[in-house]
Amino acid sequence: MQLTILIITTLILCAIGFFVGRRRAVSISRQKTKKLHSMPNFHGSYVAMWCAIPAFIIIVLWLALEQQILNALLLAHFGSSIADLDSVQIELLINDVKNIASGSSFGRGKSSDILLNAADHYESLQLTFRASVLAAGLSFSIASFLWAWKRISPTLKARNYVEFAVKVFLFICSTIAIITTVGIVLSVLFESIRFFGQISFWDFLFGSHWSPQTAIRDDQVGSSGSFGAIPLFTGTLTITIVAMLVALPIGLFSAIYMAEFASPRFRKTVKPILEILAGIPTVVYGFFAVLTIAPAIRGFGTELGLTVASESALAAGIVMGIMIIPFVSSLSDDAIVAVPKSLREGSLALGSTHSETIKKVVIPAALPGIVAACLLAISRAIGETMIVVMAAGLAANLTANPLNSVTTVTVQIVTLLVGDQEFDSAKTLAAFALGLVLFVSTLGLNIVALYVSRRYREQYD
Amino acid sequence: MNSQTEISKQIRMRAQNVDVFYGDKQALKKINLDIAANQVTALIGPSGCGKSTFLRCLNRMNDTIDSCKVSGDVSLDQRDIYSKDVDVVELRARIGMVFQKPNPFPKSIYDNVAYGPRIHGLTNNRHELDIIVEQSLLRAGLFDEVSDRLNSPGTSLSGGQQQRLCIARAIAISPEVILMDEPCSALDPIATAKVEELIDELKDHYTIVIVTHNMQQAARVSQYTAFFHLGEIIEFAETEKIFTNPVEKRTQDYITGRFG
Ligand SMILES: Nc1ncnc2c1ncn2[C@@H]1O[C@H](COP(=O)(O)OP(=O)(O)OP(=O)(O)O)[C@@H](O)[C@H]1O
Ligand SMILES: [Mg+2]
Repeated sequence: MQLTILIITTLILCAIGFFVGRRRAVSISRQKTKKLHSMPNFHGSYVAMWCAIPAFIIIVLWLALEQQILNALLLAHFGSSIADLDSVQIELLINDVKNIASGSSFGRGKSSDILLNAADHYESLQLTFRASVLAAGLSFSIASFLWAWKRISPTLKARNYVEFAVKVFLFICSTIAIITTVGIVLSVLFESIRFFGQISFWDFLFGSHWSPQTAIRDDQVGSSGSFGAIPLFTGTLTITIVAMLVALPIGLFSAIYMAEFASPRFRKTVKPILEILAGIPTVVYGFFAVLTIAPAIRGFGTELGLTVASESALAAGIVMGIMIIPFVSSLSDDAIVAVPKSLREGSLALGSTHSETIKKVVIPAALPGIVAACLLAISRAIGETMIVVMAAGLAANLTANPLNSVTTVTVQIVTLLVGDQEFDSAKTLAAFALGLVLFVSTLGLNIVALYVSRRYREQYD
Repeated sequence: MNSQTEISKQIRMRAQNVDVFYGDKQALKKINLDIAANQVTALIGPSGCGKSTFLRCLNRMNDTIDSCKVSGDVSLDQRDIYSKDVDVVELRARIGMVFQKPNPFPKSIYDNVAYGPRIHGLTNNRHELDIIVEQSLLRAGLFDEVSDRLNSPGTSLSGGQQQRLCIARAIAISPEVILMDEPCSALDPIATAKVEELIDELKDHYTIVIVTHNMQQAARVSQYTAFFHLGEIIEFAETEKIFTNPVEKRTQDYITGRFG
């Protein structure tokens, strides 16, 4: 509530600041003969900027520090009565107080007087804190508004300041994505480290048995859990290989056809359609896998006298391959089209046929781009979840036979985290370790792809 | 129009009434030109007058441009190269081409030169291929510079070396006619001198047509010169005659640098 007030008043203040600053600049330039260094609009923006900056800093500090400060004050309120509690108990205590204060606890009636007291105290603390922050924010804003307003003069380099501020703002925006990514990686990393505190790294990476069910209570019957991830890796690998066996030839050949043989009109219609295909939600592909491909493979396998699981790596892999075709063909097509015409003409002028030219000159020249496309496609296949959940099953079989049902890293992450969780059991933490493996491998593939396509670009510029 | 100048030498290629259109735009109008065997014929003229277009008619390279329509007769040794029963691929093997901009394949120097012979199965074993590659590089005046790095990429050579590599690549399949589109436009004077020397030698075995913007070059290397202007041949004669005693005023103006 107080936050909203602060934001809205700051915005209003900024608007006022802009017009007031502008007016002052205009009137100064009328009175004095000296020319303004910057245009009036920049002076307006300068004042507005100085309204926003203190408020922004206060808001950020507020969001970052409110909890810590309130907790510290609350503990001070309890004083020495909690000296013998350990950190977990203190955390619980604070949570209790907060729950009572916010009214979300059912136990208000049953709680002890000390807690109720503390809750009331907490509420008043919060109120005072927020009110004072609000007051501080507003007064800072107004003060710096006045200061900036006073500074307006013909010699003020308002344009330079404003442009610098814009630059800083843009820089912050551009780093947000990177910082978020780093944050995600770090959180996955820390949870994984906790996991590896319980399960040995080597057992995880090279163990061949995956059964993450652990007993939740001590008296429960249940395995102690086994976290050998090899079956997941082989499952992912099998499905990825099947997918690439489908996507690579079809994608590449359709790219060659589009780039080399198709009429411009055909190309202009088909390429966008292919790119739209890339936008179909993977769940929809999943339906296709479950309802069409899997039964078809099963039927076909039975004809041949093979036993095919109703959920097979083959079905999932084929559909995943179909899903990636547009990806491969579109990127490869770009790579092939980027091969300079002069190379084709050079080859044709030596009396080679169109197909010889494609085979011996165009494809080799486009190869780095094609390889990069494939690597990106592989990393998509590895990260793909939905199709596999629907079509490949959950059984962590260690097998290289694509007719069996297998499971993949992503699918296991999903199953580990679906439902009720304890956030410190090995079972849940295993999901983070798997996530880390996934992240590292796709990151590696993308880096290689980037490197390859960079080198490729250097060649013709 | 003085393009029917009688050539005393044996005629290897002959263009008669050639019109070329790019879409609706006419690039060449009623071109008549004879190309003498084992001689160098230079095509000169201001930019955009259709020299490259004409050159590309001679090995049907224009087939690769969809909007380009060629009519009229072009013959090689009295056989119409645009007739239905001519195999374009075989034709291009007989009429080699060196492009204005060097375009080595992104392969090794060796593979660049060996490309043609391999495609056409000219050799039975590696040894024969080695000989062809070496011979071609030697004749293109490049062998000494690259003999110790035949396996490094052709694109790593300098512009002038690349152009000579492209010449070596073209002569490796022993074409009967070599078309060169401004082969020296990217070269320094020394490399240019080398290429000119090469052209002079090559003409004993091959028939050469060269496009050039450099009047001195045309005068130095060619025996016949055709002056193109706005899609037409204004004058065609022995080089000596064109440069000393042109019939047309426009030719004279162009050669002396008064327009173009
Ligand atoms: N691919 C093409 N599509 C359409 N028009 C073309 C094409 N190539 C050439 N032309 C046109 O044909 C005319 C002749 O071009 P051409 O390339 O033969 O000129 P040029 O004499 O070789 O010129 P330069 O000396 O600059 O190389 C020009 O007007 C050009 O605009
Ligand atoms: Mg040209």
